[in-house]
Amino acid sequence: MEIIILEGTPKTPTVEFKPLEGYLLLRGRSIPENSIEFYKPLIDGLEAYNQNPQPTTNVDIQLEYFNTSSSKCVLDVLKKLEVINGNSKVTINWYYEEDDEDMLEAGEDYQAIINVPFKMVEVEE
Amino acid sequence: MENIHDFYTKMEDGNILLSFKGEVTSDLLTSILQIMESKMETLAEPPIIKKKVYNILVECLQNLYHHLENDDLATPMNEKSALFMIKKQDDEYSIMTGNYIMNENVPSMKNRLDTINSMDTLQLKTYYKEVLNNGEMSTKGGGGLGMIDIARKSGKKLEYRFDKVDNKFSFFSLNVKVAQKTKEEKENV
Repeated sequence: MEIIILEGTPKTPTVEFKPLEGYLLLRGRSIPENSIEFYKPLIDGLEAYNQNPQPTTNVDIQLEYFNTSSSKCVLDVLKKLEVINGNSKVTINWYYEEDDEDMLEAGEDYQAIINVPFKMVEVEE
Repeated sequence: MENIHDFYTKMEDGNILLSFKGEVTSDLLTSILQIMESKMETLAEPPIIKKKVYNILVECLQNLYHHLENDDLATPMNEKSALFMIKKQDDEYSIMTGNYIMNENVPSMKNRLDTINSMDTLQLKTYYKEVLNNGEMSTKGGGGLGMIDIARKSGKKLEYRFDKVDNKFSFFSLNVKVAQKTKEEKENV
């Protein structure tokens, strides 16, 4: 299984996907003009991971900004995790900076759609 | 010679922080975001305002970018260019955009904006989730979420107008204001 490590840029987040550790991290900004192109390898990677996942899968999502084009892709990632949750115990940590009600609300919006428990984690700015 | 001082005074009196007229490219978008980020840093804006303004900027600029990219490649050059301004007056930010739109697309655009403007905070949240979950992903990736998101983050009604230019085009003006509401005020809504 392919490890995905991408360094963050001003428009795209840091991505760490380590299938052998059952770990996924998304951190930083996700505001590319074409987010489908950016997220495709990760979504394919998660699809492959579901063939033989670890007993537990930990996911950290710590986004500072994301555009609406990314919001659809993040939902696609979460939907893959929902499927994986049938074969592996998935934990999703959704981080938001204190006072960032919009980011907290975004997490709550996903939580209402996705059938995997979210842990809302407040972090200091 | 043109009176440059007139332009300057107009911008100064209008409290314009930044303005741009021309074709919106990916690189330009990156630069504008960087400039505005450091500007808001200098102005020592509260993080909550900084984030709201930044988010709305991203959506407005990317709307312009995708509109120019996809709408009509046959459009003459001057009609591909857009106008973008950021104003700050009495602690209120306004993000203004202007671009050409084909007349035939005006009714559906107006309809979308009116629908969004008719909704309260809770209705917008429900609508957003609905479009996010069920909406078709367009090639641009947005799938109609942009305007809903702008309205949610702004906390105010979207101001807009269409001015007919000729038989083919209208000029679409959008003004997004960023509410400076305190937490207490928000809870009382």
